[in-house]
Amino acid sequence: MDSSDYSTGPAPGLLRRRPEIVLIPLLFVLIIGSWHGVVKGLAIPDYVIPAPGQVATAFWSGVTSGSYLAHAAYTLSEALLGFFIAAFLGTLFGTLIAQSRIIERTLYPYLIVIQTTPKIAIAPLLIIWFGFGITSKIFIAATVAFFPILVNVIAGLRSIDAEKIELMRSLKATKWQTFRMARLPSALPTIFAGLKVAIVFSILGAIVGEFVGSKVGLGNLILQANVNLDTAGIFGVLVCLAIMGITLHLVMEWLQRRLVFWTASARSGDY
Amino acid sequence: MPAAVKLMPRPAEAARTPIIQLQEIEKVYAARDGNPVQALAPVSLEIGTGEFLTIVGPSGCGKSTMLRLVAGLIPRTRGRLLMRRQEISGPQRDMGIVFQTPVLFPWRTVLDNVLLPAEVLRLPPAKSRARALELLEIVGLSDFAAKYPFELSGGMQQRVAIARSLVHEPSVVLMDEPFGALDAMTRDTMNLEIMRIWREAGTTILFVTHSIPEAVFLGERVVVMTPRPGRIAEVIDVELPAQRDIDIVNTDRFGVYVRQIRAHFNAKGLD
Ligand SMILES: Nc1ncnc2c1ncn2[C@@H]1O[C@H](COP(=O)(O)OP(=O)(O)O)[C@@H](O)[C@H]1O
Ligand SMILES: [Mg+2]
Repeated sequence: MDSSDYSTGPAPGLLRRRPEIVLIPLLFVLIIGSWHGVVKGLAIPDYVIPAPGQVATAFWSGVTSGSYLAHAAYTLSEALLGFFIAAFLGTLFGTLIAQSRIIERTLYPYLIVIQTTPKIAIAPLLIIWFGFGITSKIFIAATVAFFPILVNVIAGLRSIDAEKIELMRSLKATKWQTFRMARLPSALPTIFAGLKVAIVFSILGAIVGEFVGSKVGLGNLILQANVNLDTAGIFGVLVCLAIMGITLHLVMEWLQRRLVFWTASARSGDY
Repeated sequence: MPAAVKLMPRPAEAARTPIIQLQEIEKVYAARDGNPVQALAPVSLEIGTGEFLTIVGPSGCGKSTMLRLVAGLIPRTRGRLLMRRQEISGPQRDMGIVFQTPVLFPWRTVLDNVLLPAEVLRLPPAKSRARALELLEIVGLSDFAAKYPFELSGGMQQRVAIARSLVHEPSVVLMDEPFGALDAMTRDTMNLEIMRIWREAGTTILFVTHSIPEAVFLGERVVVMTPRPGRIAEVIDVELPAQRDIDIVNTDRFGVYVRQIRAHFNAKGLD
């Protein structure tokens, strides 16, 4: 589990075991360098593709002016509130549906239809119903995040091996005991996979909601920059969104490693 | 007859009170393809209190079916099943079960896995905990109480499963090829261990195996089963010393029992 047991010396051992520590920044420098080279070499105008330096400047001014913080806080609240609502409802309905084959089979075609329909398409409707404020964005984020959670909760609760159920049955466990002690923990790894997808989806939902109609948020910031042909500004917001996405992803991974520590992937640290 | 061999102090058949009685029990599975499978022809069997009874037969002869019937995990098609002369149906809290695979809950520590039956049956926690630790001591896993199943070898995991089957102090323990997945050497060790546990705990053990030597080595009586449909061909009293070690498999008397059992399968063109 702990590969540090094999280290022989300090620096060389570390590099040999984890060459990516050097390779990741190296690739970053390479990408930024060639980006700069292409933009300058082909004399591409700023409003089409800005140079990395301009993006950095735009990003930095967004950070120092406090504009990113205010807008990101807004977008993040929309996304997280939507995510929590989706997590709650997805787990609740997933659990109810998983209780009965008949309910599952009856709802299955509807779930497939809803799942294959791009939920984003109802964003304009939700804006009409819930206005330009935060409510409509939370609804959109919750809608897109709901299905990956629902589907994974159902799949997870179904995935338990028959022997565990048989063991619980041999002990005359109640339905609730079997759910709490066996089904739910068995389902957690699958549920977590759904939550990881859902949290990314919820940001997506919030941004799309802001595109369709809003006064604040990172999506709104992108629209403003777009109107002004401030392409570097758009890229700056994208960097901000990337940082937000990565942070949420890392939080989820951290939670996963702690809550479903027994899976092979959690133990090896690979995802 | 080697007169020097001290015979096991085994109560005469009639003197021993039966704890479990199978009376003309029959099992027909309603198979998916429409053709019902007669897994068990009417079988009758009495299991004495405190007895170590082994059931041996080729794969598909209905051993697991018989065990699962006794465990109350599947309904019988016909016949009566008695425990302490009372007709029973469904699982009993007074039974423990060990499957071919350990069926441990990976999110629970070794100790918490052993405690599972006590939790389900809502036994006093402090007393159960003491009992669980005592059982871990008996199966030689005291140092592993706080470890998780994935940190243990297959043999160790199966020993946890055995400790778990005993924690609620059942009168009867059912074991379905518990060592089938283990290598030969681990298996020998486990066989010695299970005999020691049986002598110390005084439980009635019903032990299913497809290994003839294992059946003879462990059993006070061996139930020989033949397939299509599953039926009891012979019940053999094994008169070997109570304190057996692995070397006993090389004795003439042991060989006689093995050949006696094997004859049933050779005659049917099996084995
Ligand atoms: N759930 C089931 N449905 C239909 N047939 C079954 C089922 N379980 C077992 N059988 C059949 O019953 C027979 C006995 O099976 P089993 O009791 O598992 O034998 P053993 O444990 O001795 O290998 C086999 O022919 C098997 O195919
Ligand atoms: Mg079997």
